[in-house]
Amino acid sequence: MMSKILIIAEHLNGQLNTSTARCVTCARELKPDAIDVLVLADAPDAVAAEAAKLDGISKVLTVARAENAHALAAVLAPQIAAATKNGYSHVLFPSTTFGKDVAPRVAALLGVGQVSDIMSVSGSHTFMRPIYAGNAIVTVEAPADAIVVGTVRTASWPTVGDGSSAAPIEALSLDAAIPSHTRFVELKQASSERPDLQSAAKVVSGGRGLGSKENFDIIYKLADKLHAAAGASRAAVDAGYCPNDMQVGQTGKIIAPELYIAIGISGAIQHLTGIKDAGTIVAINKDADAPIFEVADIGLVGDLFKLVPELESTI
Amino acid sequence: MKILVGYKRVVDFNVRIQVKPDGTGVVTDGVKLSPNPFDDIALEEALRLREKGIAEEVVIATIAPADAQAHLRNGLAMGGNRAIHVVTPDPVQPLAAARTFLKLIEKEQPGLVILGKQAIDDDCNQTGQMLAALWDRPQATFASKLDISGEKATVTREVDAGLETIEVDLPAVVTTDLRLNEPRFIKLPDIMKAKSKKIDTIELSSLGIEHGGEIRTTHYAPPPKRSRGVMVKDVAELVGMLKQKGLV
Repeated sequence: MMSKILIIAEHLNGQLNTSTARCVTCARELKPDAIDVLVLADAPDAVAAEAAKLDGISKVLTVARAENAHALAAVLAPQIAAATKNGYSHVLFPSTTFGKDVAPRVAALLGVGQVSDIMSVSGSHTFMRPIYAGNAIVTVEAPADAIVVGTVRTASWPTVGDGSSAAPIEALSLDAAIPSHTRFVELKQASSERPDLQSAAKVVSGGRGLGSKENFDIIYKLADKLHAAAGASRAAVDAGYCPNDMQVGQTGKIIAPELYIAIGISGAIQHLTGIKDAGTIVAINKDADAPIFEVADIGLVGDLFKLVPELESTI
Repeated sequence: MKILVGYKRVVDFNVRIQVKPDGTGVVTDGVKLSPNPFDDIALEEALRLREKGIAEEVVIATIAPADAQAHLRNGLAMGGNRAIHVVTPDPVQPLAAARTFLKLIEKEQPGLVILGKQAIDDDCNQTGQMLAALWDRPQATFASKLDISGEKATVTREVDAGLETIEVDLPAVVTTDLRLNEPRFIKLPDIMKAKSKKIDTIELSSLGIEHGGEIRTTHYAPPPKRSRGVMVKDVAELVGMLKQKGLV
């Protein structure tokens, strides 16, 4: 059977999210005959041009409609479901809040189950995914006679690089009724000069051990010195030391930076789930028995208020 | 307005999950079961809307084996008016759960359906979105704030980029995120009161839901272990190692 994969591009403010390039890596693992990227936007040209550069893309399809200015699942899903009718065997989304919102809606419209958080590919319809917050890994099989709808666990897949030449870009016209029952009001983006937590190569995170919002400054200073993103444990977020969007873990962001530095974080299971694909994990904690040291590549026991400024001035 | 709340029973979040040695599942015998934490948040939000006078009735529903009555009594003790127990011996997937809830919606005609964003057992994060699609109604997932005004809901959603606010026409499906509220504790007198509340029991097989499209789980395995690394004595040694790895 011909396998043809459609990847739904995630983008914001005219820029392609790197999660899309991670989906391409997963798609290539399926050794398909073609990989197309679909860009739904009000003005898709810039995003489409970025997507066209990705290695292994056959073509980029664009749907330019005013209704697509914001990624509303109820608006996008009928268009995506219609687009899949052009002979696609798989449709993949990143397992980000964007993909998690839209993919199940598309799957239900197509009358199929959905595979969440694909972490590896064992066959054209067979995948591995985490359950119980990553405490078990299951092998799942999607029906062989139906389209596969899946979300790709971004932390499990590296981004694909650029190809030698750009793929062609085609405008797609779709026959899909778009509802008006869901309307965008606003997006409050956390303004930060630092790299994006989800895609940063280096991340410095603080936990309850920091003790206060003011003390979190030493995390930001070290992050800035390393050109790293700043993160936090759920305990630190719940204590009000930093905003929600900095939360790393099962219920926050699941990340896979090259370097992760956990400071004053004890290492609850829910936090460890969010970092276990990191390249090198460094832990600094005053408690030598903290669970974070069970997974850390490099551990340092001591007073973080002394060690972190020292680290910042040494590197 | 009537609110329908999904209330799943799962392995308690404090239980350390063990995969069976033969790879056929995880150990659930003798393990503590609790309401899915996101569903507790869903129920709490529904109760608050009733307390504000926006809703008159909160109906909780579960799809679970016959022994889940105590689980539903728990939700009724928390404050649900009545419960629906859709009985099936086997776990259901999100698509089947959505198809089942659609049947309940056809009968109950709720103005709002609140579900947890995901169940902490299969971690699928799908049922609310699938239900909204099958029902052909709006969805507002990952809600951290919910305001109802007339026939509309304004929902703030926790998305990767920050906080997104959308407006949806009712009826709609809302799925809860962690920070929507903090569920109340159940008081002893409420447990007594809950005993007289009504639980409707329906066999899943009698609902005549559509089949097909199911994903099959063929094997369970423990996650690969990350091994313990080395301990360094001071910052200088740490920086030395990071330099060696080319990380600083």
